Amino acid sequence: MNARSKRTSPIRIVQLFGDLLGTYGDGGNALVLERRAAWRGIPVTRVDVTALDAIPRDGDVYVIGGGEDGPQSRAARLLGETGALREAVDAGAAVLAVCAGFQIMGHSFVGPDGTAVDGLGLLDVTTARARGPRLVGEVLVDADPTLGVGRLTGYENHAGVTRLGADATPLGQVVGAHADRPAATRTEGAFRGRIVGTYLHGPVLARNPALADRLLAWALDVEPSELDPLDDTAVERLRAARIAAALSPRADRPETGAFDRIRRRLTAR
Amino acid sequence: MRGAARLARAAGLGGSVIGGHLGLRLDPRLLAKLAAGRRIVTVSATNGKTTTTNLLTAALATAGPVISNAQGSNLATGLAAALAGDLEITRAALEVDEATLAATAVDLAPSTMVLANLSRDQLDRYGEVRIVAEKWRTMFAELRRVGKTPRVVANADDPLVTWSVSGNPDVTWVSVSSPWTADALVCPDCAAPVIHSASDWHCTGCDLARPTPDVSLAGRTVTLHDAGDRMAELDLALPGAFNLANATMALAAARLEGIDPEVAAAAMRATAEVSGRYATVESDGRQIRLLMAKNPAGWQSSLDIVAPPPTPVVVAINARVADGRDPSWLWDVPFERLAGRRVIAAGERAEDLSVRLHYAGVDHDVHRGPALDACRELPVGAVDLVANYTAFTDTLAAR
Repeated sequence: MNARSKRTSPIRIVQLFGDLLGTYGDGGNALVLERRAAWRGIPVTRVDVTALDAIPRDGDVYVIGGGEDGPQSRAARLLGETGALREAVDAGAAVLAVCAGFQIMGHSFVGPDGTAVDGLGLLDVTTARARGPRLVGEVLVDADPTLGVGRLTGYENHAGVTRLGADATPLGQVVGAHADRPAATRTEGAFRGRIVGTYLHGPVLARNPALADRLLAWALDVEPSELDPLDDTAVERLRAARIAAALSPRADRPETGAFDRIRRRLTAR
Repeated sequence: MRGAARLARAAGLGGSVIGGHLGLRLDPRLLAKLAAGRRIVTVSATNGKTTTTNLLTAALATAGPVISNAQGSNLATGLAAALAGDLEITRAALEVDEATLAATAVDLAPSTMVLANLSRDQLDRYGEVRIVAEKWRTMFAELRRVGKTPRVVANADDPLVTWSVSGNPDVTWVSVSSPWTADALVCPDCAAPVIHSASDWHCTGCDLARPTPDVSLAGRTVTLHDAGDRMAELDLALPGAFNLANATMALAAARLEGIDPEVAAAAMRATAEVSGRYATVESDGRQIRLLMAKNPAGWQSSLDIVAPPPTPVVVAINARVADGRDPSWLWDVPFERLAGRRVIAAGERAEDLSVRLHYAGVDHDVHRGPALDACRELPVGAVDLVANYTAFTDTLAAR
């Protein structure tokens, strides 16, 4: 098991607001963390927090996903009011924040009426609306080497463009970024300490087990290399397929051109 | 109307989608002209619109011929093609794509509109589900403004449908109990949490709440509360609670069009498959029952009717444009229920399915490629195949 971890109590995975921000299957991230801990015999509990529940302050890994503008603003307000997440982070908790959740971790994002809404300021990032079309499609990211998680694969679908301040590090560099991609989106996501923000769906931990293990290792205060290896055959097969798709010339790139619109009309059911 | 239809027919050899496409390009008013003077019932929903339209057509046909696009396209071009197909028939039951409905409603001016359910589907194409509800809401305001307010048959158990319809004067609220609430946990009006209980729901932040039903389904019995609690029994050849819900919506709409509920219920009995859905096909000694599911709500309904073990299950997923390119919704489907039985993951995105099944604790084999080939890897006998849209249509084409 994990000899180096001194921990005896179960690690606590907190899924924040699956009701408000559960639009893109990101709830799978909590499941992946839970299973990867359990498969290794690491005691683990999962807490699902809805908008009507109190937010626990003693979580080890907090996960929050993507969703629509209105619920996003509500989630930000609820998180801001209690201060529970900030307290947990100060105590060493890790955070995986995806899409709308990522934007909430920053200083501000765009609300339903187009005006800026305050985020939590846990990451030094600020989100504005993209001037061009939504960013939709497969993305491949070479993650920052200090994270030790290698290449990340995911699917993005967002209208926000998030700019990083001096205190945030890009999660990684987008591989083979298209020329029509806004400059600010040639890097992907952001992190600081144990707070990771990303636009990658998939869910991101399902496609990138190394990132899941990075979060678990933080929760256990061990190095990821100290975690028992798991049988990731199915995941490696998926990663190979998605990475090949993202690198192919006819990759699943954003379908926003006139040709794509016509094809969409003709093939729509 | 005749000139317009002649145009469409000349362009596309009669009632075809291409004809409709060209016709609409040549005359943008074509749809309105084709719809004029007809009684049209539209059916829109995220799930079950084809089945509901089939059942409705069967019910309406008891009173004479009915045009339907149930075998074809549910976009504007398909609607035009169906209406141009036979100019003598004055009644139509049309399945209308939920995003297309708002764009065509004023032209179609339906006498009755069925809105059965809204849930997440193809996020990369439709956008988030609230956007579809918002479009419907705007559409109703426009229909009222131009004096074409339809009678509406709406699902009272679906908060998004309720919100989109509220404000209309003539609504038949139908309760069919919607087991899928995961996409309606947030109020579409004020973004406050919506609380669901066994047979009720309400928003915690505003007045939006479940309307009192005029028609309700319990078991297989439909009760018409607005007709002295008169009852009609459904006896469908189609499986599952979801199809009882579809039939109830169809029955309520048929009734507004003058069809007696018992006559409607009897007429629906004959429908045993819908464009291949629920059909059983024979392939190399395997009897393969075909089930289609396109999104989490649909998958949940399909997993409800999968045959018990030891019948093996093939699940097949593609992620083409018509399916939605992002299959991350797989993580909201309760695949855990398949644990302990023989399962094969198939389709062009079998790898995505495989990872989902892996984390669901479901042992399985992977067969990347056509679902029928995967079925042939199983022992001779019965197989249940659940496939999403293009994986399903490919299977139909290959059988």
